Amino acid sequence: MTETMLPDLVPAYGEILMAVGAMLLLMIGAFRGNKSTGFISLLAVALMLVTLFVTVSWGDSATYTFGNMFVADRFTSIMKVMVLVASALSVIMSMQYFHDEREERFEYPVLLVLATLGMMVMVSANDLMSLYMGLELQSLSLYVLAAFRRDSELSTEAGLKYFVLGALSSGILLFGSSLVYGFVGSTNFTVIGQTLSHAGDHGVNIGVIIGMVFILAGIAFKISAVPFHMWAPDVYQGAPTPVTAFFAVAPKIAAFALLVRVLYVPFGDLAASWTQVIVFMSLASMVLGAVAAIVQTNIKRLMAYSSIGHVGYALVGLAAGSQAGVRGLVIYLAIYLVMNIGTFACILSMRRKDGMVEEISDLAGLVQTRPAMATALAIFMFSLAGIPPLAGFWAKWFVFKAVIAAAVANPAATDYGLITLAVVGIVASVAGAYYYLNVIKVMFFDAPAGEFVPQKSRNMNAIMGVGAALLLLFLLPQVNSPLLEYARMAAAALMS
Amino acid sequence: MEHFPILSIITFLPLLGVLFILLTKGENADRNAKNAALWVTVFTFFASLILWFNFDKTTADFQFVETASWFGDNINYHMGIDGISILFVMLTTFITPIVILTGWDAVTTRVKEYLIAFLILETLMIGVFCALDIVLFYLFFEGGLIPMFLIIGVWGGKNRIYATYKLFLYTLLGSVLMLLAMLYMYFQAGTTDIPTLMQYHFDTSAQIWLFLAFFASFAVKTPMWPVHTWLPDAHVQAPTAGSVILAGILLKMGGYGFLRFSLPMFPVASAELVWLIYGLSVIAIIYTSLVALMQQDMKKLIAYSSIAHMGFVTLGIFAFNIQGLEGAIMVMLAHGLVASALFLCVGVIYDRMHTREIARYGGLANIMPKYALTFMFFTMASAGLPGTGNFVGEVLVLFGLFQVNIWATFLAATGMILGAAYMLWLYRKVMFGELVKEGLKAMLDMNRREVIIFTPLVIFTIWMGIYPSTFLDFIHVSVANLVTHHQAALAAASDMMAH
Repeated sequence: MTETMLPDLVPAYGEILMAVGAMLLLMIGAFRGNKSTGFISLLAVALMLVTLFVTVSWGDSATYTFGNMFVADRFTSIMKVMVLVASALSVIMSMQYFHDEREERFEYPVLLVLATLGMMVMVSANDLMSLYMGLELQSLSLYVLAAFRRDSELSTEAGLKYFVLGALSSGILLFGSSLVYGFVGSTNFTVIGQTLSHAGDHGVNIGVIIGMVFILAGIAFKISAVPFHMWAPDVYQGAPTPVTAFFAVAPKIAAFALLVRVLYVPFGDLAASWTQVIVFMSLASMVLGAVAAIVQTNIKRLMAYSSIGHVGYALVGLAAGSQAGVRGLVIYLAIYLVMNIGTFACILSMRRKDGMVEEISDLAGLVQTRPAMATALAIFMFSLAGIPPLAGFWAKWFVFKAVIAAAVANPAATDYGLITLAVVGIVASVAGAYYYLNVIKVMFFDAPAGEFVPQKSRNMNAIMGVGAALLLLFLLPQVNSPLLEYARMAAAALMS
Repeated sequence: MEHFPILSIITFLPLLGVLFILLTKGENADRNAKNAALWVTVFTFFASLILWFNFDKTTADFQFVETASWFGDNINYHMGIDGISILFVMLTTFITPIVILTGWDAVTTRVKEYLIAFLILETLMIGVFCALDIVLFYLFFEGGLIPMFLIIGVWGGKNRIYATYKLFLYTLLGSVLMLLAMLYMYFQAGTTDIPTLMQYHFDTSAQIWLFLAFFASFAVKTPMWPVHTWLPDAHVQAPTAGSVILAGILLKMGGYGFLRFSLPMFPVASAELVWLIYGLSVIAIIYTSLVALMQQDMKKLIAYSSIAHMGFVTLGIFAFNIQGLEGAIMVMLAHGLVASALFLCVGVIYDRMHTREIARYGGLANIMPKYALTFMFFTMASAGLPGTGNFVGEVLVLFGLFQVNIWATFLAATGMILGAAYMLWLYRKVMFGELVKEGLKAMLDMNRREVIIFTPLVIFTIWMGIYPSTFLDFIHVSVANLVTHHQAALAAASDMMAH
């Protein structure tokens, strides 16, 4: 047979569209120069929206293509939707910022599109090779984005730091992949899963477990779970604020999607081994996120620790090791997306006459100078702290619900680990509430510290307003039921 | 009335006021906002009278029930009231207009936000007493922290930030443990519905843990010794209206929680751990009464007296008999009126002198006769004078408690004497003696607004004292049902042990 089979391209239409679109945007930029940045940004947003519709239109059935290296199902489509929404909003939020800072360069939206493409590949990866490909495409774009303000020492340092540590983690991940390949004989997730489930009486070779832990460590770096979180505060603080907003959401969602698939598809039979790792990372992240954030004065750094904490809570859903847990994780990530994008829209509005400010004390008395923004930010903070009736509470509710259900269902085996996880997590959330309250305290109780210049971009105000409204109205069945339903379908698609 | 969602309307009516206030603009905005808030809360009170007149006192079932599907997985929006909760709903709708009037002149900064906070708080408080789903309950219960945090933090005294953080974090820590217990119950019983959970039997060892988790939350909220320390701070720093809400309604949520959750859902654990409750309550009554005697700040003194009164509430609830339970509810209601009134009394002279230090006052009876009379009345009521609601409640508690534990009764009764001692001491220091201290001579007696505020409080306190049946009739069937249910559950549990 000399006939070459063309792979089924339909499941990958979204990715192909993004790749072609990125090239087109690059060409436009190369010919028309930096003055076309605004136009290219809008095109990038449009491209992401079109891709979003292509992704949404993907049906129910799980389809494999490119020699089973690529998968598209309900789980991938909801995760890609979240990634695309986060990326599109990040582009919109960055436009005013770079305009005001006179740093408009057309590479920015293009790099963002490329990073998003990488994330989509990560979400759909069903093979160690495609996993690595997506991860690296994403990471390389992010390294450049972190260092995007070439003249700023902090930004350059952030980019370099991220690059060095990121390269290390990629190396660890590759090493793990090679171990798994060596011991199992395949890089394909489905094949690895089948092989391991037929491991027989003598169990799984220890080499596979070591390989799996190395892969886990590599991904944990990308989601900044403790103990692989060290880069996050510096990079968050150093990177330009719109980039930080992007870092805080889209890459995390993609990496979580990848993590879930890696844990459940190839290593589903090693759950007993990886649960311990996840429980530890989850506990450590929740506690560190809560404690270390208390002393922060820079709001971007605060958000870095906050996101470490939230990663810990999202991991609680994974530790449950059940379909309800994955569902909780998906819900958590969606609500996390809204809370973080909203908060960063506020942070990006912290501009005085002489430039951006990012100390928490700069927010002093905000309720008197900009009441609407202060109210919105207060809603984001209360929600991040997980105070009912805001959506942040429900995010925690669903992951804790899953973990308690797992503990009740299986009292013998993992009972105490999971109960401990729930108790420590929930106590850490009280400690965490302290620093979120601190932001509110500064805004509402302190005397005003000089006014911010009004936000010129209507989009930013809209993002703040819509975000706050969503978190408030999450109570209504009309608002929450679509998310709950999609999350259920996503979890079912992955676990079937 | 079956298909008319009266409870939801009453609960969310105050939010309509928030909408009005947000729409007020221009130079008269503050005045209009105040009027809007007042009218909405008064209207809410009248709406709640519909409950009062249509309530069926012959059944222990939940009434005015509403159910709607909400978060899937058996978590429903379920509202309803029984004899235990109706009077708390009434208390809330009754106190809130008074609270709005309290801040009428005293609050001058950010008036609109101030009123919005109180209206949102009212919605959440009514919701707590109407919720028949634990998730819904938790939402209202915890949500109340947000407006309270802002009320103390923005409009509070000098040390307000410390106080408001303490309030928030203490309560949150207690509540999250309750949340875990709720999740556990959800998976054991497969539902979050309160009436269903009341019929469910948790096994004994689980009951102990669940009881303790709920106890963590309610003990902080009540508050019980030794987790009471947030209350004096919060009271002292809160604006007068905040103190009134705190003493009048928020403290009742702890007692209500014991009645709604701990007793019916964990009967065995309640009976097993009764020594803990008695111990802490008796310590609270005697210790905090002694502490109250040493206070230099009027609000702090009344705050400590609140803790002592709440000791009676917990003793009455855990006497497990009809007298005790009815007494506990009466103490809560009466304390809701009397403690509110006492904080208002402090507010009256604080608005004029801007100090709450007892030593700065003296001889006020000479120039403020109306005030002296009012303050005297509520001092006596707080001390449990016959003819006031407090007396009825405390005596019923002691009767109920005497049947189960004589020593606790003896010690609690001693606490009543101490209660009279510190209240009379406070009254003497502030009202009697020569009018010689600086700045007091220019004090004016109560104005019309203040008289209007106090009149309904006086009327209801006397009403509860001389004809308590009006109120007890509402409570009786539900309480009797609770006691029967509790005894049946205990008997069933001891049968299980015997086999």
